[in-house]
Amino acid sequence: MTATIDLAAHRPGAAELQLRDEVRQFLDDQRAAGVFRPRSDAWMSAADPTFSRRLGARGWLGMTLPARYGGHDRSPLERFAVVEELLAAGAPVAAHWIADRQMAPSILRNGTEEQRLRYLPGIARGECFFAIGMSEPDAGSDLAAVRTRAREVDGGWEITGTKLWTTGAHFAHAIVLLARTDGAPGDRHAGLSQFVVDLRHPAVHVRPITTIDGEHHFNEVVLDHAVVPAGALLGVRGAGWRQVVAELAHERSGPERFLSTAPLLQAWASRLRGTTDPVAAREVGRLTARAWTLRQLSLAVAAALAAGRSPEVAAALVKDLGSRFEGDVVETVRRVAGVEPRPGADGLAGLLAEAIPHTPAFTLRGGTNEILRSVVARGLGVR
Amino acid sequence: MNDELHEEIRAAVGAILKGRTTSGFDGALWKDLADTGFHLLGVPEEVGGSGGGLRDLAVVVDLVAFHTAGAPIAESAFLAGWLLARAGLDVPDGLVVASLDEIEAHRRGGPLLLSGRAAVPWARHADHVVTLARDGDDLFVAVVPVGEVEQAENLAGEPRDTAVLDDVEAVASAPVGIDADELRLRGALARSVQLAGAARAVLESTRRYVAEREQFGRPLARFQAVQQHLAALAAEVTAMRISADAALLAVEAHDRAEVAVAAAKATASAGAHVVATIGHQLHGALGYSAEHHLGAATARLWSWREEFGNEAHWQDRLAAAAAGEGSWWSTVSGGAR
Repeated sequence: MTATIDLAAHRPGAAELQLRDEVRQFLDDQRAAGVFRPRSDAWMSAADPTFSRRLGARGWLGMTLPARYGGHDRSPLERFAVVEELLAAGAPVAAHWIADRQMAPSILRNGTEEQRLRYLPGIARGECFFAIGMSEPDAGSDLAAVRTRAREVDGGWEITGTKLWTTGAHFAHAIVLLARTDGAPGDRHAGLSQFVVDLRHPAVHVRPITTIDGEHHFNEVVLDHAVVPAGALLGVRGAGWRQVVAELAHERSGPERFLSTAPLLQAWASRLRGTTDPVAAREVGRLTARAWTLRQLSLAVAAALAAGRSPEVAAALVKDLGSRFEGDVVETVRRVAGVEPRPGADGLAGLLAEAIPHTPAFTLRGGTNEILRSVVARGLGVR
Repeated sequence: MNDELHEEIRAAVGAILKGRTTSGFDGALWKDLADTGFHLLGVPEEVGGSGGGLRDLAVVVDLVAFHTAGAPIAESAFLAGWLLARAGLDVPDGLVVASLDEIEAHRRGGPLLLSGRAAVPWARHADHVVTLARDGDDLFVAVVPVGEVEQAENLAGEPRDTAVLDDVEAVASAPVGIDADELRLRGALARSVQLAGAARAVLESTRRYVAEREQFGRPLARFQAVQQHLAALAAEVTAMRISADAALLAVEAHDRAEVAVAAAKATASAGAHVVATIGHQLHGALGYSAEHHLGAATARLWSWREEFGNEAHWQDRLAAAAAGEGSWWSTVSGGAR
């Protein structure tokens, strides 16, 4: 019963509540000053390096890192309080998102002292952005099928391969990628390793992938015999798979897995104020109950992570429920509000136009929901 | 928090409840719970309860639901015990259960006299009923002996009786600042915990069944279609459980309890359908037999989701909360604006 018993609800403490109020005030001010316009899926789509640096200056990036690496020694639950406010407000957090969420804890855990000193302070300042190189043309859900190869050469590694669906590689400074250092593709999880590679490398080519929303969030990253120093290896040679799996609980259970479309719901709920449409009211109530519960689930996983546990099964389950909810929000607002989506328009028409073409991504990114359910089934001991 | 204590309660109560599934009242089981004091957990010792907190009691309520046992712990300790404690009245002898309705009362210089009809689950088995009583603008908690009872059952065969009172003299009463709305909220919290418990019973049974049952030469669990259903079931059960847990914490802390309970009951009531549907689908025809234990859990899900307000009721309440002060997001997460 690992999937259900291991979690307990978490009540935020005073520090979390104070942070929440500070961040909320800051975001109100920024919005009022016209610094940003709330939009759905801002953590993937809305990159604003200036805004990221501003958050860094406030101490809201790299929060859980030790001070000696530029961090702020905050708990993961305090970080949760900040992050959920940013997401609910639809603030432009895409530039630093991957660096702050995933790479900071990963480099802290697996990196050498040199790597930590090189990357972590920049992440905490909101000046060093990262991309993740996992998927490949022939390795999507089946991640262990990666073909990118890292060959040991004199003084370092020579990496060759193609990474696909790499979010933000066009503005990121570095990429953490998964490559095979040992064995053959048939060896599956064994023989994989992680590398940190500078994206300005002359043998690394970043090409845009335009998605159905007409925008450029993703890239193809081609490494053409790119020679990197020995210090580019992240963690233990051959332990790449284990390191990646440990990151997944962070990647899958956060508030971005249910709040991507919260700005749309927020806008709709505001518009309904003072009106008396019982159908709309009940739908708002239904989505509110769901959002409240998903938040409690996400918080419970964050509390488990903060306690040093690695609740991968629970994280997979949160992402399955949460990402379906994100699509449910879009469909419900569209159906009940009766507003035609209109790209570039103000209000619900514009927000819907941004949200609708993103809905397929919700249940694909970070592991498809079918894969996540397999993880849950295995956690229940039936697979 | 009280993790160790809760583990101890879980082990002790689990040992008492194991294998005691029944639809009606199980007098022997109630005696076993009473002998150990678990029947009045969470009720202060000052009024004759066993002491302990709300979440300690919730462990027992959850387990009774999980084992689909015939013990009115929700209507007794969780509701009647709470009413008595709030009014500072002693717990009367025998089985005491709560009335879900306010009853008209009047005083003719002497004790409170109550008249009217009130929904009182399990009344036929009870010795005393604890009820909210109203005399004009004055609200009381009153204890009355059980008299005339009209019998009815819910889908799970649990007694859902009506008590009929005609100038019945209260054996004890005291003024109280609780109204029917607050009682309903408390009941919804109890049912949220129970729904999560029964849902876990469905998950546990389903998990075991798909691992054991073989078709086409392999266990059902080897089929991806079955795995997908099972994972969706586990997700819903976990959502129900965590929302009930979070609502208990909110009520204990007096922190936006109404939003928390409304969200938890809306989640639990809506989740009941998902859980019962997947549970039955994966058990196949076998689980449809009255002899199989699955039906006891799903019948409770189908009953409890309606009691103390179904999801539509609580969704409307949440919508009203979201339309009040502050933004939609502050309704979900707390804080100002």
